[in-house]
Amino acid sequence: MFLFLASVSLIALAFILYFILREAVPVFRGATIQELLGPKWRPTYEAAPRYGILPMIGGTLLVTIGSMALAIPLGLAAATFIAEMAPGWLKDIAKTALELLASIPSVVYGFFGLMILSPYIRDSLGLLTGQTALTASLLLAVMALPTIASLAEDALTAVPRSYREASAAMGATHWETTWRVTIPSAFSGLIGAVILGMGRSVGETMAVLMVAGNSPQLTFSFLKSIRTLTSGIALDIAETPSGTTHFHALFFMGVVLLVITLAMNWIAEWFRGRLAKGHLKR
Amino acid sequence: MNNMLIEDRKGKHRKAKQVTAVAILGFLSSVSFLVLGAILYFLIRNGASAFSWEFLTEFPRRMMTEGGIFPAIIGSIYLTAGAVLVALPFALGAAIWLTEYSGGGWWVRAIRIGVNTLAGVPSIVFGLLGLALFVITFGFGVSILSGALTLAILILPIMIRSAEEALNAVPRSFREGALALGASRWHTVHTVVLPSALPGILTGTVLSLSRAMGETAPIMFTAVAYSMLRLPNSPMDKCMALPYHIFVMATESPSYGETRNLQFGAALMLLALVLVLNLFAIVWRTISRRRKAW
Repeated sequence: MFLFLASVSLIALAFILYFILREAVPVFRGATIQELLGPKWRPTYEAAPRYGILPMIGGTLLVTIGSMALAIPLGLAAATFIAEMAPGWLKDIAKTALELLASIPSVVYGFFGLMILSPYIRDSLGLLTGQTALTASLLLAVMALPTIASLAEDALTAVPRSYREASAAMGATHWETTWRVTIPSAFSGLIGAVILGMGRSVGETMAVLMVAGNSPQLTFSFLKSIRTLTSGIALDIAETPSGTTHFHALFFMGVVLLVITLAMNWIAEWFRGRLAKGHLKR
Repeated sequence: MNNMLIEDRKGKHRKAKQVTAVAILGFLSSVSFLVLGAILYFLIRNGASAFSWEFLTEFPRRMMTEGGIFPAIIGSIYLTAGAVLVALPFALGAAIWLTEYSGGGWWVRAIRIGVNTLAGVPSIVFGLLGLALFVITFGFGVSILSGALTLAILILPIMIRSAEEALNAVPRSFREGALALGASRWHTVHTVVLPSALPGILTGTVLSLSRAMGETAPIMFTAVAYSMLRLPNSPMDKCMALPYHIFVMATESPSYGETRNLQFGAALMLLALVLVLNLFAIVWRTISRRRKAW
């Protein structure tokens, strides 16, 4: 009985794969794989509908790179400070703040982005609209930051005390110990933390939906409006009749999204697992 | 003499480096505080004036340009309570099996990977699953039932992990003591282990509750209605929900200017609910850890 209950997460996973694939596969009746990976998305243009999801893949890539450029340095800095330098009381406060930051619902981030951040970006950069890839990147950076910081902090804290003591006994300053001993020992855990944070950016829906402008265009400019895989699904699916090629194409986007995020998840877990083994051996 | 001076200068240089590094890292770490502060500041400044007894207890009026958010609050409560009630027995059973019965092995590894993988699935994909499975295949339609079941799957990995952590924190000696007195394994679990782990399990439940309350993407096309002038009267009914209400008001409301105040009020309400639940869980966790005799 308990074994069955324990397997529920595996069953749920199997359901996700099965049902999403089941709704995605019929897309090939209406479009070829080349068309699906093409650069034009105009599924409701009846004369010649196009189901290319490349703009959404590009959009996801753009905001993920943008958000990571900010979240990686900030997250790792916060983790290093909390794990290695902050006194006990500050550590507790900082960890609580991170936990609260992580708990803020994405729709609230999106609302904040739409009402406060996006007008600010529009006015300060003199744009026509503040709903750009840049706005989404900033928001995603803030959302990924607690994930990266708290997982990286775990990795740093897991480095055995004896490593630090050995370094200090050699006359190294605290910073030298952190930079040359602790961080390198925790390295694969830090990479795992960064990849999981990145996965959070790739999979985030509401905040991006509300601030990125949602034009399905392939661009590398942060000042343009973009659409991501997640927001592309959320935008269309309510108004799309089930059974149409458009509907199946949205599930196909779901499959692409799922493959990307699961691959990142497994890579991250592999790095994190390696860390734990490494310390035991030494 | 000369040598010593060089050594001394080097030492100073190294110390300066240490101080700079701490200062820079400390400054960068404060960013997360600043962001939390900024969000709270802007939401409170713009939304606090919307709060009143009417705002919390009345239905929206005049195409949602006046009135309150009562049905959205009620809908959110139905959805989250439903999700937690469905997920809790499964999560508890899974955690009990993993900590008390499994004894390791490949099946445990498979389940762990399953839990971690499920935790990494984007929330919109849960929405797609809910749509394909509950709404279409099971024929539940867009309803509270579909939404609650979708949310239940979403919070399952969080609940399993926190329950497992709580059970693992119960010392081995407790179990050994009970077993030595001749209790069966199940008897040990439900009279000794579960009561000791209860505060931890409840903390995890509160955290999952707050997570489910804030999620929008999974319920967008499985449970919610744009606007309803009555409360839902069965689990097969649609409902309004606070996060979705915030989303549609901010993106699709035709009378953007007039309702700005109400929108900030709704966002502030959701944020307050989630933060209070979280703070409560964090404080409770800290207290019960301190109070532990072991």
